[in-house]
Amino acid sequence: MKMSGARLLWEALIREGVEVVFGYPGGAIMPVYDAMLDYPVKHVLTRHEQAAGHAADGYARALRHRRKVGVAMATSGPGATNLTTAIATARMDSSPVVFITGQVSASLLGSDAFQETDITGITLPITKHNYLVTRAEDIPRVVREAFHIARTGRPGPVVIDLCKNAQIEEAEWSWPERVDLPGYHPPEKADPQDLERAARLIAEAERPVILAGQGVLMSGAMEELRQLAEKLQAPVAMTLLGLGVLPASHPLSLGMMGMHGEYYTNMAIQHADLLIALGMRFDDRVTGKLETYAPHAKVIHVEIDPAEIHKNVRADVALLGDLKAVLQDLIPLVEPKQPEDWWDQIESWKADTRRRDILYRNQPGPLRAAQAIHDLWKATAGQEVIIATGVGQHQMWTAQYYKLEQPYRLITSGGLGTMGFGLPAGIGAWFAHPEKEVWVIEGDGGFQMTQAELATAVQEGANVKVVIVNNNYLGMVRQWQELFYEKRYSAVLMHNPDFVQLAKAYGIPAMRVTERGQIPQAVAFAREHPGPVVLEFVVEQEEHVFPMVPSGVSLHEMIRRPAGEVVSR
Amino acid sequence: MNPNGPRPHIFIAWVENKPGVLNRVASLFRRRNYNIHSLNVGTTQDPRVSRMTIVVDIEDEKAHLIEANLYKLVNVLDVQDVTDRPAVVRELALIKVKAPPGQRTEIINLAAVYRANIVDVSPETVTVEITGAPEKVDSLIDLLRPAGLVEVVRTGHVAMTRGMAAGHRHLPGANGHRPTV
Ligand SMILES: Cc1ncc(C[n+]2csc(CCOP(=O)(O)OP(=O)(O)O)c2C)c(N)n1
Ligand SMILES: [Mg+2]
Repeated sequence: MKMSGARLLWEALIREGVEVVFGYPGGAIMPVYDAMLDYPVKHVLTRHEQAAGHAADGYARALRHRRKVGVAMATSGPGATNLTTAIATARMDSSPVVFITGQVSASLLGSDAFQETDITGITLPITKHNYLVTRAEDIPRVVREAFHIARTGRPGPVVIDLCKNAQIEEAEWSWPERVDLPGYHPPEKADPQDLERAARLIAEAERPVILAGQGVLMSGAMEELRQLAEKLQAPVAMTLLGLGVLPASHPLSLGMMGMHGEYYTNMAIQHADLLIALGMRFDDRVTGKLETYAPHAKVIHVEIDPAEIHKNVRADVALLGDLKAVLQDLIPLVEPKQPEDWWDQIESWKADTRRRDILYRNQPGPLRAAQAIHDLWKATAGQEVIIATGVGQHQMWTAQYYKLEQPYRLITSGGLGTMGFGLPAGIGAWFAHPEKEVWVIEGDGGFQMTQAELATAVQEGANVKVVIVNNNYLGMVRQWQELFYEKRYSAVLMHNPDFVQLAKAYGIPAMRVTERGQIPQAVAFAREHPGPVVLEFVVEQEEHVFPMVPSGVSLHEMIRRPAGEVVSR
Repeated sequence: MNPNGPRPHIFIAWVENKPGVLNRVASLFRRRNYNIHSLNVGTTQDPRVSRMTIVVDIEDEKAHLIEANLYKLVNVLDVQDVTDRPAVVRELALIKVKAPPGQRTEIINLAAVYRANIVDVSPETVTVEITGAPEKVDSLIDLLRPAGLVEVVRTGHVAMTRGMAAGHRHLPGANGHRPTV
């Protein structure tokens, strides 16, 4: 049957299982918005295209276990360029999102027509792949390929730039039976010889550490990870994006590794004789200085992306494939272990860490962000909650103190570190799980980058509880200036609006929290009101996130928390 | 020479014959700030497949990453780093030199030694066409330099591995990723 390109697009999107689209209309995409009215999809109108992109990303991340693809849509020119930060964010964190942009008619390409930008050119280095579509008849095939590329292998964003003539012209509907991408073959199962070599390295190891990344979540290999760790009695350190792959309360969990990882976690990595890296990419934020990283360790690197092997850390054995399949093949080849001396050592590092933890210090005075997040965790733990964060100190304290017991609960911009990600990503996550409660933890700086999305949350009745951790500073930058620039504060102080009044202007119930004791009450307040609620946590202004490995410094040479006397919890 | 330092690496890439593919390949080098010595694109026996020969100054360990990243591009069918493999590497050059009547014979004799052809003659100049290994092209250009080079154009390398074994492994299977270790 013949139909317009715009209808072909929606037919194809429906075929791909799309239920929700986040976007913002404009001239070059109007045929698509018009046709949309005839299809059973929910469109969420954000207040900025960047937010539409983050929302689609948050949606996809909240449904990683179902390999769901997020969809964001915008017009040509400024609409498309406004998406770029969201595209780059999705790319760095391997999030499967299809971005659909309008484009001027094919006959006008390259003429600087009104609202023409070369968005396939601009996004080439920040997408997994992209398409410029000039003919209606190509639309179903391109959609099919785009979703396939976005969700398989190492997931990532794909841009489809649709010329306006292709949206209007009519073509025959035809759905390709299978995708025909002769140059695209993500690896699936590891080579048996490499598996044997990995098993041998594991047998020889006395001080193994498992490094678990987001790949475990994407492959849904939590059970296999647990089996391997328990069989080897190996400690498991997680990347920021990997948090939740093993419950924080699991005895083998070492929590987060890297720049703001705990002392015992990084010490374990530096003293390990074997690193088993699962679906992680040795980012500089997790390795510190590469030359001195894990100097005694052999490395087994399990990855689906061959281009990650030897990129930062040389692998002694690389196992290429889907993590779940690789671990299923590997586990039967390894013998159980009991590295008791290794655990004695780790426990002594742990004890030394505990002594310094600010949770155990009950100082009077202003609210401390780390304690506030700890208390928020206490008040919401064990419930159906998703956390979405901004970027900065509050993000690191969330990673440290919001103890995740389940996978797929933390949504945060790791690789790109995009401030303002929290609120729109949280709204997207709520559309993935409308039955759940989403807690957005944002900084006062980052919140103001995308605060207009409060209106989106109101319009959609999204159950997002927004915590603004207000230190009146771009806290993380301030911390670096204090530590590494002799406290010369440059452009970090923020004169903020009254956040409670601001929320009320949107019709959102809001409450200010200034003392630790108010937190349970604030959480109860948030829950009494269905839909969005804003809580402002007014916190101590000049706090540090510790421990901290300054950039370019060895992982074991971290700045630790000051050792203080333990008073009470 | 520093054994770990950069040296010219020759990559062959089989790519889908589609718009924008050259840009995707070039972008990989540009974002890493590598300077491409030469990049040659042409057709193959299969009209859907183009073939690129890319020469880049690069460290050996980086070359592995470039190979893996090229392979990762959706439109790239296969890649080989043939730097250290038995391969035929050729280049074509057109060299226009000053050739007043008195010097012409010498230039023509030189060209003959190199099995180069004279493809154009004017009252002032002679144009020599040479095909051969890049070093051979270099050396002819050096010899002609004293006569006075007017214009030189080189195609850049084209390369093909020797024998049957190597070459484009057609359509790798479901697990046809390149071994990297
Ligand atoms: C879009 C963007 N701009 C700048 C930065 C650099 N940056 C990283 S953290 C940070 C401070 C964030 O301040 P805030 O949101 O208040 O969080 P806090 O660190 O105070 O908890 C800045 C400016 C960034 N990550 N993203
Ligand atoms: Mg702040």
